[in-house]
Amino acid sequence: MPDGQAGGDRIEAAVRAVLGSLSGDMTVTEAALLGELEALGREVARAKSEIAALRVDDINASHIPTATDELDAVVSHTATATNEILDCCEVLEGLQSRLAGEDAEALGGAVTRIYEACSFQDITGQRIGKVVSALKSIERRVAAVTQSFGRGESAPLAEQEEPAAPRTEGEELANGPQLPGAGTSQAEIDRLLASFD
Amino acid sequence: MDKNTNVLIVDDYKTMLRIIRNLLKQLEFDNVEEASDGQEALAKLRAGQFGLVISDWNMQPMTGLDLLKEVRADARLKDTPFIMITAESKTENVVAAKAAGVSNYIVKPFNAETLRGKIEKVLTHA
Repeated sequence: MPDGQAGGDRIEAAVRAVLGSLSGDMTVTEAALLGELEALGREVARAKSEIAALRVDDINASHIPTATDELDAVVSHTATATNEILDCCEVLEGLQSRLAGEDAEALGGAVTRIYEACSFQDITGQRIGKVVSALKSIERRVAAVTQSFGRGESAPLAEQEEPAAPRTEGEELANGPQLPGAGTSQAEIDRLLASFD
Repeated sequence: MDKNTNVLIVDDYKTMLRIIRNLLKQLEFDNVEEASDGQEALAKLRAGQFGLVISDWNMQPMTGLDLLKEVRADARLKDTPFIMITAESKTENVVAAKAAGVSNYIVKPFNAETLRGKIEKVLTHA
């Protein structure tokens, strides 16, 4: 069997080969086997036509690249907006020295709160990075399924996965932000650190 | 708390570096340098004199945890106070950082008061 033959075609060829060998008088068992093989052949043909109807090529050719580009644009635009907000904050801080007493204090407090709020951009960027990574993983798997039915030119999944480089403990434990309620709060972290003292 | 302490802040998000720098400025820390990953930070630490490191965790080519281990393994740098500021909020991350010798740990998003409190604590005990 040729190495480059797609998975679906290989199954069909195997079914035909077995059917071809079942000539002449057949026992009841062989007849039952023939029936099962014919049904298997029909299932393979049906699966191929269903996958073709799904237009899975569009997923990798259009849908996933568009989705990742849109997400990259979200990160870029929020970064631009955040930096403009920070520019304004720095102007306000410059004006703070011209004020006195409660006014200066109120302005300083408001600017601090804006700085704190702007850290959303970092968390958002990391969350979107996790989504993009998941989309790329889906893209690789769709390519592998397409290839197995002879519709693409990509290599099988096992060959597409990048070889695993040795990872440090820091890399192993880098998971990005947790969903609300799933991570450890600052108060819990403080208690945990205190328990080591 | 010595406000003249040289502080190195390490983060791969430029916006985050800017936010932390501005918050430090409000706390009257003016001697602040920046690095965008662990390798750059280690080079700056070895070339300079810093009294405090404030580092993110999730960076390439060297993470904050790996930077911390390098700092603690370096005879000249090993006693430098090291605060991790990160979105990594799993207990296993905190435990690993503590085992590596972190001075304190702040989870993002954080507020200025938390930052001030942790800096005061680590510099007082340095």
